[in-house]
Amino acid sequence: MKIVVCVKQVPDTAGGVKFNPDGTLDRGAMLTIMNPDDKAGLEAALRLKDQYGAEVTVVTMGLPKAEEVLREAMAMGADKGVLVTDRVLGGADTWATSTTIAGAIRNLDYDLIITGRQAIDGDTAQVGPQISEHLDIPVISYAQDIKIEGDSVIVERQYEDRYHVVKAKMPCLITALSELNEPRYMTPGGIFDAYKQEITVWGRADLKDVDDANLGLKGSPTKIAKASDKVRKGAGEKVSLDPDESVSYIVDKLKVKHVI
Amino acid sequence: MDFTLSKEHEMARALFKEFAEKEVKPLAQEVDETEVFPRATVEKMAKLGFLGIPVPKEYGGQGCDPLTYAMCVEELSKVCGTTGVIVSAHTSLCCDPIMTYGTEEQKQKYLVPLAKGEKLGAFGLTEPGAGTDAQGQQTKAVLDGDEWVLNGSKCFITNGKEADVYVIFAITGTVEKRGRMQKEISAFIVEKGTPGFTFGTKEKKMGIRGSSTYELIFTDCRIPKDNMLGQQGKGFNIAMHTLDGGRIGIASQALGLAEGALENTIAYVKERKQFGRAIGAFQNTQFQLADMATKVEAAQLLVYKAAMAKATQKVYSVEAAKAKLYAAEVAMEVTTKAVQLHGGYGYIREYDVERMMRDAKITEIYEGTSEVQRMVISGALLK
Repeated sequence: MKIVVCVKQVPDTAGGVKFNPDGTLDRGAMLTIMNPDDKAGLEAALRLKDQYGAEVTVVTMGLPKAEEVLREAMAMGADKGVLVTDRVLGGADTWATSTTIAGAIRNLDYDLIITGRQAIDGDTAQVGPQISEHLDIPVISYAQDIKIEGDSVIVERQYEDRYHVVKAKMPCLITALSELNEPRYMTPGGIFDAYKQEITVWGRADLKDVDDANLGLKGSPTKIAKASDKVRKGAGEKVSLDPDESVSYIVDKLKVKHVI
Repeated sequence: MDFTLSKEHEMARALFKEFAEKEVKPLAQEVDETEVFPRATVEKMAKLGFLGIPVPKEYGGQGCDPLTYAMCVEELSKVCGTTGVIVSAHTSLCCDPIMTYGTEEQKQKYLVPLAKGEKLGAFGLTEPGAGTDAQGQQTKAVLDGDEWVLNGSKCFITNGKEADVYVIFAITGTVEKRGRMQKEISAFIVEKGTPGFTFGTKEKKMGIRGSSTYELIFTDCRIPKDNMLGQQGKGFNIAMHTLDGGRIGIASQALGLAEGALENTIAYVKERKQFGRAIGAFQNTQFQLADMATKVEAAQLLVYKAAMAKATQKVYSVEAAKAKLYAAEVAMEVTTKAVQLHGGYGYIREYDVERMMRDAKITEIYEGTSEVQRMVISGALLK
């Protein structure tokens, strides 16, 4: 079985957030981590590899320094890494990103593609399902459990108060939740091995069946009007009341502010 | 000269740091308070290969360099001195001599499970009457047929009761050296459970309280002839060479303790207010922190230099001695200052710096006291 896992290098929320003048994130200037949902997706792929045997290829799109997440993935146990990087691909929204990644994946053999549900920077949850549309394969989002049965996957798809059990024939795409599992640590030896391996680097010219009109900032329908760091709120007002009094207190406050 | 770490080393540090923060730090206070050996943590570390970092892959290890290993002990010790010394004693004092002096059979039988963390290692040189004077050994080994018969005792043994494999030193005879009769010391590999091998009292210590420190007792303990490590009579050299490596481990532990105390103090002085200001706004605090940070960085450079010397040089005794001497004394000084800057709270066990100060003291004593390190360093200067 061949599994492709899409991962994204995202700002570490422990560090500060920095913006470019055009409102996009200044990724080069921030501390970074592997996106948590993607890490869960990678762990799911590695568990399938442990259980059924599989070749796991990790794909990322980003600045050259995004290579770090591929090394990390390989130090956890992934077999190969593909970095898609090119100036013309920069500033991409979800549409341009999914177009790019689908263009890269068309060069690879796969039975299963796993992406994270969403990235902690954009929080759209759109890229995974869009990739499946581009590749014309089924998608099961919000996976909380994944099993393989013959040439199909059986996935528990999370809902607010229940889950659905969905079966799909491979090839298909699954988006993973960080609650899916507890990702494994790297190993010290795995880190040094990961840095000895070759990473495949692809640019615009290597993408298959994509149109320039759908790539990079120019190919992104999303326009960012304004972006800013979170502004600290004031301390607020603290009151200590019993439940009945609390309700009328809150209702009064909302009325005063014309919320209700 | 470039002082930047390679990307591999940076990533390895990030791994050790994440593990230490998530798995070790939450238990550090409890381990100290209850004096219970953190077995579950050791099992987690074993699974991740932390117990065989500098051991070649063909012997079950991770195949990394001594610097990676030093950084592991450093990061663990930043949050828990006990966990740091468990890894250090196991790796430097048990895996390393078997890796360096063991036969192929001994490596397969003992080093492979040690490096995989299936077994834990310890080292027995010190005796009640033989500390710094390691030649003052009393434990004897007599060959009887195909077996060595051990009699005597070892004290202050780290990983004492928790280990499975022990490198033990004993007198195997006398030799004439420069016209004087001297004890001939040899090294042996002893397995836990060997009849005649028992444990004495558990030591109640000032610091590293979760570390299992025991007396080992050998009473007509018979071990196979093949369990001699290295050549007969070469035990003293094996012990000294092993301790050179061990000192890099302890220097890393000391460095971690100093770094941990400094980090805690920086956070504390930003929060703690006196006279209407954070105490970090006072120049006394700032100057203390500046001195602490400078010494910590100097210690780190010496420790990393010694670790790199182990990777590239045949002899690195002086580098190891300097690293251990300086890092241990910096650990004691920085943790003491950390307690002082915490004021009354620093004296309370709820605050980590109190434990770190107690943990730091031993780094000036074990695996060669600071005085022994000065002897090694000055001995090389005046040779």
